[in-house]
Amino acid sequence: MSTSSVEAVVIGASAGALEALSAFLPTLPKDYALPVMIVVHLPPDKNSVMADLLKSKCKIDVREAEDKEPIRAATVYLAPPDYHLLVEPDKRLSLSSDDPVHFSRPSIDVLFESAADAYGPGLVGLVLTGGSSDGANGLRAVHQAGGQALVQDPATANVPLMPQSALEACPSARVMSLPEITTFLNHLVQPA
Amino acid sequence: MYNKTEDIELRLLLEAIYRRYHYDFRGYSMASVKRRLTQAQERFDCRSFSMLQDRVLHDPTLLPELLSFLTVQVSELFRDPSYFKAIREQVVPHLRTYPSLKVWVAGCSAGEELYSLAILMREEGLEDRTMFYGTDINPDALRRAEAGVFDLERMSLFTENHRRSGGKSSLSDYYTAGYGAAVFDKSLRRRAVFSDHSLVTDTVFAEVQLVSCRNVLIYFDRELQDRAVGLFKDSLIRKGFLGLGAKESLRFSQHADAFTEFSRESRIYQKRGTA
Repeated sequence: MSTSSVEAVVIGASAGALEALSAFLPTLPKDYALPVMIVVHLPPDKNSVMADLLKSKCKIDVREAEDKEPIRAATVYLAPPDYHLLVEPDKRLSLSSDDPVHFSRPSIDVLFESAADAYGPGLVGLVLTGGSSDGANGLRAVHQAGGQALVQDPATANVPLMPQSALEACPSARVMSLPEITTFLNHLVQPA
Repeated sequence: MYNKTEDIELRLLLEAIYRRYHYDFRGYSMASVKRRLTQAQERFDCRSFSMLQDRVLHDPTLLPELLSFLTVQVSELFRDPSYFKAIREQVVPHLRTYPSLKVWVAGCSAGEELYSLAILMREEGLEDRTMFYGTDINPDALRRAEAGVFDLERMSLFTENHRRSGGKSSLSDYYTAGYGAAVFDKSLRRRAVFSDHSLVTDTVFAEVQLVSCRNVLIYFDRELQDRAVGLFKDSLIRKGFLGLGAKESLRFSQHADAFTEFSRESRIYQKRGTA
């Protein structure tokens, strides 16, 4: 069991994303000690309202990720529509317009695999509701790099396929309901 | 860091490609380069980046395909129609005031962007006074750009993009369809030059009124982005225009002061008269 402390959280969600994210992101405090990077599959009509919607509900700062910006705590970064979001080894964000992965751009795998490389054991990866198998390879990469792998309980997910696929690829992932995820994320960083 | 060995191997592979073939990817965004080289590693049946390095050092015939893994991007004609609409409605009125024009598409890949601009300039009646330069480091991409052949099944998307960009003609006027391919009209590249040029290692080659370089800078680290934007700055005439990708900006660039935001929404910048 790793004793290193958590440095970052990555989350992937597809169909049902807004509802699931709205269950726990608004509970995170304004001074949350970690950065949170999120890929949500969006229809490719490029005009994302997701960031604005979540921003209006959250205390923590929510914004669309910008290329090469340094990753900071207490911030939720959303992948912009039609771009992959990656974490560079020097803990900056980068964007790419490489081909879609699992028909998706942004792809959860692309974020999770690059974040696993950058953070290793310091990463928490969470796969939420969705009707895709994107995120399964990524979650396995998080686990293999020594990070913590979580999936939303498929039985409680709006669309169970994505957490189910992630669990099959990464059987040691912890299965949690949305209230459990809320508690988990809020207790990841103990007050000093 | 997780798997430090692989990270070392990756750096050494890029160093080897540079020393042996003078293609310099050392200042690229490593996360993307790693994804692409991992695909190349699988394609060439190599167990590690070290093994791939051994292969590519000793077998130059591997290089073209490896370059394609590292550089090729599939784009669209009139990708982000609002960008082309802004060029058409806001930039073209300025371009009209010049007796002759030069347009540089930097990182042109298979030519989608250059053909889009050539069609736009023809529609606006500026084609006859314009020279188009399409540059890339990948010889294979340049050959494809020169050929001007695109997948026929992508034409419905391109047609829709063109329409949304404010196109004044029908896209089908510009290509002939056959055998699953759309072959673009040769006359569109009458005034186009496709050539090998690296934003990493080469210098200014022309004085231009418009540089279009979209979704290229995101593959570079900060330092390399600064170099490329510096090159654009030095190539542009005073009051010349620079168009970037939808999620690229000059906000953090060391050359930010040399430009004004001309169309914030469409990521079009104008070089200052004093820069």
